[in-house]
Parts: sequence; structure tokens; C-alpha cells
Amino acid sequence: MASGVFVGLPRRMVTVTIDGVDVQATEGTTILEACRGLSIDTPTLCQLENLTPVNVCRACVVEVEGSRVLVPACSRKVEAGMKVLTDSERVRHSRRMVLEMLASSVDMSLCGPQVRGWMTQYGAQPQRFGPGAATVAQPVKIDNDLYVRDYSRCILCYKCVEACGVDAQNTFAIGVAGRGFDAHIATEFTVALPESACVYCGNCIGVCPTGALMFKSEYDMRQAGTWDESQQTVTETVCPYCGVGCMLELHVQDNSIVKVTSPLDHSVTAGHLCVKGRFGFEFVQSRKRSE
Amino acid sequence: MDIRTTGGPPSAEEIAAVDGFLGAPESLWEGGARVEADDHLAYGGLATRSRRHLLLPVLHAVQDRAGWVSRGALEYACRRLSIPPADAYGVASFYARFALDERPPLAVHVCDDIACKCAGADALCDALEKGFGPAGVPGASGSAAWYRSPCLGLCDRAPAALIERAGKHHAEARVAPAGYMSLSAILGGRWPDSETSMHAQPRKESRLLRRVGVVDPTSIDSYVQAGGYAALRRALELGPDGVIREVTDAKLLGRGGAAFPTGRKWDAVAKAPARPHFMVCNADESEPGTFKDRVLMEGDPFGIVEGMTIAALATGCEQGYLYVRGEYPQARGRIENAIAQARAHGFLGADVAGSGLSFDIEVRRGAGAYICGEETALFNSIEGKRGEPRNKPPFPVAVGLFGKPTLVNNVETLVNVLEILNHGSAEYAKTGTAESAGTRLFCLSGHVRAPGIYEVPMGTTLRALIEMAGGLREGRSLRAVLLGGAAGSFVTESQLDVPLTFEGTRAIGATLGSGAVIVFDDTADLEQVLLRIARFFRDESCGQCVPCRVGTVRQEEALKRILSERNQSLRETDIALLSDIARAMRDASICGLGQTAASAIGSALIQLKIAGVN
Repeated sequence: MASGVFVGLPRRMVTVTIDGVDVQATEGTTILEACRGLSIDTPTLCQLENLTPVNVCRACVVEVEGSRVLVPACSRKVEAGMKVLTDSERVRHSRRMVLEMLASSVDMSLCGPQVRGWMTQYGAQPQRFGPGAATVAQPVKIDNDLYVRDYSRCILCYKCVEACGVDAQNTFAIGVAGRGFDAHIATEFTVALPESACVYCGNCIGVCPTGALMFKSEYDMRQAGTWDESQQTVTETVCPYCGVGCMLELHVQDNSIVKVTSPLDHSVTAGHLCVKGRFGFEFVQSRKRSE
Repeated sequence: MDIRTTGGPPSAEEIAAVDGFLGAPESLWEGGARVEADDHLAYGGLATRSRRHLLLPVLHAVQDRAGWVSRGALEYACRRLSIPPADAYGVASFYARFALDERPPLAVHVCDDIACKCAGADALCDALEKGFGPAGVPGASGSAAWYRSPCLGLCDRAPAALIERAGKHHAEARVAPAGYMSLSAILGGRWPDSETSMHAQPRKESRLLRRVGVVDPTSIDSYVQAGGYAALRRALELGPDGVIREVTDAKLLGRGGAAFPTGRKWDAVAKAPARPHFMVCNADESEPGTFKDRVLMEGDPFGIVEGMTIAALATGCEQGYLYVRGEYPQARGRIENAIAQARAHGFLGADVAGSGLSFDIEVRRGAGAYICGEETALFNSIEGKRGEPRNKPPFPVAVGLFGKPTLVNNVETLVNVLEILNHGSAEYAKTGTAESAGTRLFCLSGHVRAPGIYEVPMGTTLRALIEMAGGLREGRSLRAVLLGGAAGSFVTESQLDVPLTFEGTRAIGATLGSGAVIVFDDTADLEQVLLRIARFFRDESCGQCVPCRVGTVRQEEALKRILSERNQSLRETDIALLSDIARAMRDASICGLGQTAASAIGSALIQLKIAGVN
């Protein structure tokens, strides 16, 4: 006799008020998801759909009635009757300060257009902390053939640590070390990657929002001045190596694969790949093979 | 989990330190030598991984033995506990007391924090720098080094120093007051004489301090003779609901700083459906200028153990942790002794005082991190992780230590519980004001004649409290009082008549906080004090969230510019910047550290008109 399958308790719908608009949201969803449902643009740096929210960047903070301090939209769950303000002066002030603090201490020049848009939108002026403001500037780490770590671009969003850990790879080759402004991403005793537990899945690169972690191929082309995203095409395919069926996006420039990614919303990969899918593309363009 | 380690092997001494704490490894899977069975059986599962919470005690064992934590030692600890080395390195590098570079076995930590500054700590550090080289650099002999330290909780005997000697016979000692002569002898290899304990002077009206300095803190018999464990007997008569009702009726508010109603917290934990429940006593007293919990732990350790037991039985906890800051070796020793004696006398263990209920306590030692006084950071620290605060909600009463409902109480709060049960909630609530019941311990330090702990009924004025501590020295006038420590705020002469209650201080925009009262007379260099506070928060920020990680640095930079800039308009730009930073830190930081990191500096600029601020 077939037995019933437990599909979880039914989720209740709750009504929350966001910027004066009543909206129905499923209990257990976050304020951020509810905001996105209303097409309210919310700046996020440490949040990503395929990772557990760590709510450390504080760019997404919103005002919730009854709360003494602002709350992170990315991790706070909606509650019935909650009144949320996403664009009050208080919210705009904190968002602006967060962006200014980050941009004054970190090289954010490789962040996407979205981040630059928020900088403009919130009127961030990182230079107002003065020319002597402490930064995380440091030399680039190039200790292997596959990827480059430039921690002067690191905003410490914890995403790479999460991707290396329980959220994707379970390798735990990197962690957050040190404390305060000296907190940084490191292997044990900052040993080189080949000495660490790293398996070169590249999932940390996949989630890095600032270009601190980068394919060596991309880094070399940027150094040579030949990297040009406007000249790149993206070809979707399925990884040829094993039977899992990971979807690959091959970024191609001048008829060469320069980078491999996978979509975050893909049901198999959730954006994550392994070393073969991520880096094992050389054979495609091998001269020997075509001869 | 496969633990990949590529460093050199640990030394025999380091292995002895780790195995001395954990016991010898039983297989390759636990970091031992390979035996034939290891090829067929794996022991790397949940049981091994669930010992992760032992990481800090293991690191302490290594540090105590070797004086520092080498890569070999850390990786051996990782193999023993099945922790990835990068993860463990992140933990070890978080805590100031764990040294990850080789250093001499003898370490002299000299406090240069607020109260010690008032007592000449800067001159002492300058002299040490001349005599023994810069802080953190081993002297000529190579066997000792001195370090600057944040508040050591010895503000009543400032300036203070903590001495650590690593080795097979690890030892810790405190020197307070410390002078150049005493510290140079120690750096030269002479171990200090055993210190004389100094406690608060018990007065007739003492309640929370009634046993301090009266009862032998090392003997349970002495404690029982003085009426000890009567409160536990009363609690067992009343039953959990009755105890919670008493604590609620007494209107006890938490004494750790946040002033949350204790009865409500107990009730929430008692009713939390998830099991097991945990009880945590927060003894990580690290707020500069605060030393009340140290005095209680040193002078009345059995009282704290009894208070924890009552709290645990009322809220259904079977396991308790007391997290004491690493800088309190004597308090830790006294508490550990009290727990052992209570266990031997049947007041802890499987059958507490014949009640059939089970409760026991484990002492956990902090490792130099102010942030671990924040309750959720403290949980992470007990769990063997970096002391990073968690986002709330969920609150500890629902999701706390190891993800379970957890009751967290401050040391002083638990001693109040004994008073409530011994004398009844009605009697207890007669003292103090309607909104702030009972008495309160205040830690007086700085420029008063008799620094120390003073117990007064809630509602006593700040002026009266300073008078109790002997007032200022002859011919001096009051410049300011820092109420509530580095996270508190400055008040001035005109505010001295504020009644010391939660509501009274709130009305003038101040806070009682942890009960720290640091007094400054007209000789105090308040600019240096402000810079020290700014450095304190920069050093102690955990680094997790942007407003605090970057904000504390930007705050220090702006303050330095404000204090040195002579151009008024540039100074005003920086003052506006400082206020912008302060607002974001207060509004958007994850925890109380960031939220209060700008409060003292902001209040000083406004209240004391420093840098011409109006």
C-alpha cells in the first residue's frame, strides 16, 4: 500500500506593509524577497540566492516599526502586521555610509554597474574620509595557474567562505581570519593555495561580487589590456565530463573560452561547478585536437 | 572529514598539551598513529565533529604549555577534533590571547586602558619601552616580552598588569598597582610574590556583597554556615513556576547592561518547546572600568554556583556553562573549586540536593575578546568558533547555544536571585525605585580617593556615590564622569544629581551599563582618554559588519584629526563626519558593540565641549 508523502506544513500568508503598500507574503520569506516582489530595488552585497544569508554588509537595511535599530532585509523574515520603510532618511543614511565606508577602504572599481548605480543613487562620496583613510590595499596573490586572489578588492562579504564551506563545496580551504579591520579571508597560516585544502572548484570566484577572486585567464587579459566584455559571447552547454548534467556558460572572446560560469538558478548546479567543468576547457581549443 | 594538513609535525610538548586535555587519540581518525583497523573502520562522523566546541580549551592548553600556538600544534588540534585547519586558524587568530607567532614564555600584559591611564599607565609603558624595548618585542634576554592590554578589570588597584608564564607549570599572576620596579623585576625573571586579595569592604547594609570578605571563598562549609544553599532549598519548595513568579514579582532587571526583565527571560526559556535547554552565566566582564563580577567571583563563588543552579532548575536546563574572561585567573580558580566542592556535596550532578533533578556546570575561559560578552558571540565562542555576534531574532531564549533555548544571565543578576529567594520578592522590591528594584554594584575608579565596588540602592545619586568613594583628592575639581564604561557616556558636574536607576540615566541620555563609574578630575587628559576609547573599539570590533568594522576605524581617524586640527571650519567638517559615522554605526551594526561604539566619544564632544563643539 502506498504511504503518504510529507510535503511540509502549509505555509500561511501574512500581510506586511512596505512603504505604505500592503502586500501578501508567504510566512518565512524575507523582507528582501517581499521588496523584490514589489520591484523595490534593494542594494545587497553579501546576499546571494544560493547562499545562506550572513547579513554582514548591512547595505540592505530597512526600518521596521518598533525596532530600535535598522534590520537587514536579506535575513529578517516577514511577520504579520510588520511595517517596513525602505527609503526613509534613516535607511538612506545608513546605506550611503555603508557604501562610502566600503568604497573608501576597498578597491571597488571592478564591481558591476549595479553597485555603481547604488553609489550614485545614495550619493556616496568615499573621498570625504580624507586621503589618509586606512585601506585594505595589498599585493595580489598569484600562487597557482587557475585563479588569482586580489584582497585589496575584498569587501569581506563572506560569500567565498560560504561557497567553499557548507553552502556548496564542503572543502573549507578558506576562512575569515583576524579581527576588526584586520579581518581577512585566509587559508591556515595564510599558506599558498596549493598547500591548502583547495580543490580549485572555483565556486568562490563564482560568488565574488568585486573581482577580488578572478580566473587567471581573465586576470592575464586584463593585465594585457585585452579583456573586453562587449566583445564576449556566452554559449550555454552541458558539461561533457560526468553524468550529473551541469549547465555551463562559456564566455568566449576572439573565439577562445575565457571564463566558465553556471547560472545561479540552474536546478542542478545552483551556480556551482567542479574543477573540471570550471577549468577543464582547454581541450576545446587545443590545436593538437583540430589538427 | 578528511583533514588535510601540510605543516610540520607538532612537538612532543604540543602533543602532550593537547592529549593532556583530550586524552590520547584512539585511532588515525582522531589524529593518532595508523593502526590496521583504521583501513577498515572510519571514525570521522558526527561524534568526532561534535567535539568542535573543545577547540578553545585545546588552544588554551597549547598556549599555556608552549607560550604560543604553532602551525603544527594547530593542525594537530584540527586532526584531533576534525576541524578544517583554515577554520581553526580563523578562530585562533580572532582571539587576542592566542599568539600565532613564536614568542617568549613569559608575557607581561600591561593595562593602558582608561582607569589605568588615570593612574599613570602611560608613563609606566613609556618607561618599559625605554628599558625593555617596544611592546610585543622580546627583550634582550629573549625570555620575556611585555604587551599593552585593554582593561584587565583591576581598576580599583590601577595601574594593573597580568603576568603569564607558559610551560609545564603554567602560571598566571596579577600585579596591581604595578610600577616600573616590580614589572622590570618580573621581566628579568623574578616571579611576583603571591598577591594580597583585596575585596570590597563589607558594610552592614551589604546584600549582594554580604558574603564577600566574610565567608571563606574556598570552602563550601563556610558558605553553608553563612546561610548558603538556603535559597536553593527555597527554590525546590517553590518549584519552577514559583521561582519564576518570585523573580518576576521582584522586578529584577538584568545587571549585565541591557536591563532586560529577568523573570520574563526565565519564563520564555522555561516554556521553550525545544530540548535540551542550556544555562549560561556570562562572566566575560570586559567593559573598561568594570570589575564587579570579578569581585563576586573571587569573593562569593558559591553564591554564583547556587544562583546558576536555581536558574537552571527553574528553566529546565541540565547543562550550564560559566564563561569567564581569560584575564581573571583567580576568579576562574575559585569558581572551578566551588563547582568541584558543590558537586562533591551533591549540590551539582545527577541529583541536585536530593531533588532528583540533574544539573552541572562547565567553566569556559575566554581568550581576549571584548565582543564575547555579547551573548550570541559568547555562544559562538563556547561552540569553538569566532566570537562573531549572530543576528537577532531569533533570540537566545529560542535559538541559543548549540541552537537550543538558552538562558543567559550576568553574574550579578544571579546573586540578586539569592536575595530574592532568601528574603522574598516583596521585601526585595522595597529597595530601589518602582522601575529599578534592588541594589546595584558600582565600580568606582579613576580620580576618587577610594576606588572599589560600592553597593547602593537603586536611585542613589551619582554625587552620593562619588562621595562614598571618598570624593576627589584635595583641591581638585570634577571634569567628567564616564558612566557605563567605554560603551557608556560622559556626564558632567551639572548632572551629578541624576538618580542611578535605569530610567533616571536614560532621561539624561546616559546609561548605567555595566555599572562602571570612571571619575576624572581637572588633571585628566580627556583627549587621550577619548583616543584610547576609539582605539579600544577599533581593536575589539569583530570585523563582521561594515558599519562597525570600517566605522570604528573611520571614527578613530576623524577623532585624531579633530583633536589636532586648528582650522575651525575643517574641524567642523570632521565633526559632522563623525556624527554621520556614529549614526550609521548605531543604526546599522549587528550588535551592541557597534551600536554603542560612538556613544562615549559623541557625548564627550557635546558634554565636555572638547574641540570647541557646542
